Amino acid sequence: MAHVVTDNCHLCRFTDCVSVCPVECFHADEERTYIDPDVCIDCGACIPACPVHAIYEIIDMPDDQRHWVAVNAERSHEWPVVYAKQDPLPTAEARRAQLGF
Amino acid sequence: MIASENAAAIHVAIAGAGPSGFYAAEALLRSGLPVRVDMIERLPTPFGLVRSGVAPDHPKLKEAIRVYDRIARTPGFSFFGNVRVGRDVSVAELQLTHHAVVFACGAEVDRRLEIPGENLPGSHAATEFVGWFNGHPDYRERTFDLSREVVAIVGQGNVAADVCRILAKPVHELRTTDIAEHAFEALAQSKVREIHIIGRRGPVQAKFTTKELRELGEMAGCTTCLDAAELALNPQSEAELTERSNVNGPGNLALFRVFASRKVGDGQRTVRFRFHLSPIALIGNGHVEKMILTRNHLEGPPFRQVARPTQQQIELPCGLVFRSIGHRGAPIPDLPFDESCGTVPHTGGRVLEGSSAVPGLYVTGWLKRGSTGIIGTNRADSVETVQNLLADLSKIYDRDKQGGEALRQLLEARAVRFLNYQNWQTIDAAEIERGKQNEKPREKFTTVQEMFAVSEQIEQSRRSR
Repeated sequence: MAHVVTDNCHLCRFTDCVSVCPVECFHADEERTYIDPDVCIDCGACIPACPVHAIYEIIDMPDDQRHWVAVNAERSHEWPVVYAKQDPLPTAEARRAQLGF
Repeated sequence: MIASENAAAIHVAIAGAGPSGFYAAEALLRSGLPVRVDMIERLPTPFGLVRSGVAPDHPKLKEAIRVYDRIARTPGFSFFGNVRVGRDVSVAELQLTHHAVVFACGAEVDRRLEIPGENLPGSHAATEFVGWFNGHPDYRERTFDLSREVVAIVGQGNVAADVCRILAKPVHELRTTDIAEHAFEALAQSKVREIHIIGRRGPVQAKFTTKELRELGEMAGCTTCLDAAELALNPQSEAELTERSNVNGPGNLALFRVFASRKVGDGQRTVRFRFHLSPIALIGNGHVEKMILTRNHLEGPPFRQVARPTQQQIELPCGLVFRSIGHRGAPIPDLPFDESCGTVPHTGGRVLEGSSAVPGLYVTGWLKRGSTGIIGTNRADSVETVQNLLADLSKIYDRDKQGGEALRQLLEARAVRFLNYQNWQTIDAAEIERGKQNEKPREKFTTVQEMFAVSEQIEQSRRSR
């Protein structure tokens, strides 16, 4: 099991998750972050840190988000680790409002 | 490193080798500046509560140690194990040898219930029990009377959950963990069959993370239950549930509802949640025999509800009590300390004396913010402290200092025995090796003497080869 970044990160990439990850398991491309399931230790620190509730432990994940398990595993291996919090994407605040957070 | 480079470096001492100390070290060593970090730890071994707090049945969380090990191998990092700041070296001395000192000593004193009978045999801090089953040298000699059938755990956070699991799980599930051997042997004889987990407020205010609470409902041979009447909520608690920032409340309540529907099976251990109760006395003749509790009602607005006692009292017969209601930092000689909350006063991690920051002194982790948050919380916390430390460089980097070299000389002159990181690696390898015969990931050394002996033995055999 691991934790997974789902839909809501898209157009946000707030990266608050990165600053509380004890093991640096977050990777990012231009659009969003991904968790490397081989590195994540399932501590759950990132879940409350995400302003748009994009992160789930697999066991709690809504069914319509399940495809993100494979995407996180694949993309985290292709993109570099993010070590520190970065500026959110320019679209982040609009997206947050749209998501109702 | 050549002498001139060492002299020109920014020397930072970090007191405490737990998560917050390591994340501070990481932030300093990643700054791109010529920083030297000397980490000083009162135990011979590093990693703080990841080694001696995280429960043995949570091996995955302990993988954070890989990150700390990588930080410790970074050029510019040195480890001084078995050295206590305030005893073996003073704060004032570190201020002479280092440009900055970061205190990351955690919160190792348990909060007490402050009730009559608290000192009776059979009444313990959860901290002692956790240290004992994790092989912490300070707690290895403690004994817990596991021949008692009924246990009361006071407090509803993740430490209470850890204590509960270790007491309630079938002992064979712990056999191949890194649990201390003395604890495994004692738990194998345990007669505990009923565990009460007591909270002063209601189910919505319980501090468990949902993940940890779920585990309490999934233990083999154990029924986790509660009285459905305990789940009646006042309007303020209902309001707390609808708040989106309430991460654990709704999930926890859903689990409590499942537990309330469970029937206790024959011959099983039971874990029972109790709410709106505060212990007011422990009673017994030479040993805890029962707990007197007062029933509470909640007062105040959502998220600031407090428990107020009613006239109603109940008795809970129990032979073993663990209090798990938080921790306080231990004061460090010559360092400001706030007795009311058990932390070091600070602004953004800069230590405050009165209302002004003391140049060169910083604090992070539980000693800074109190005993809240999980391992990763300390990473963001230490980044904040180090950012402020680096912003102060023009003030604190006033002259050349000798850093770890001067500290080493001072300790040697005082005949303080200390271990470096290479010595730890030797101990680590020896623990892993002796764990193999019992199919355990490691068998910890639980006395300081053993740790020194192992380290020296292997060093000697290396030299004689």
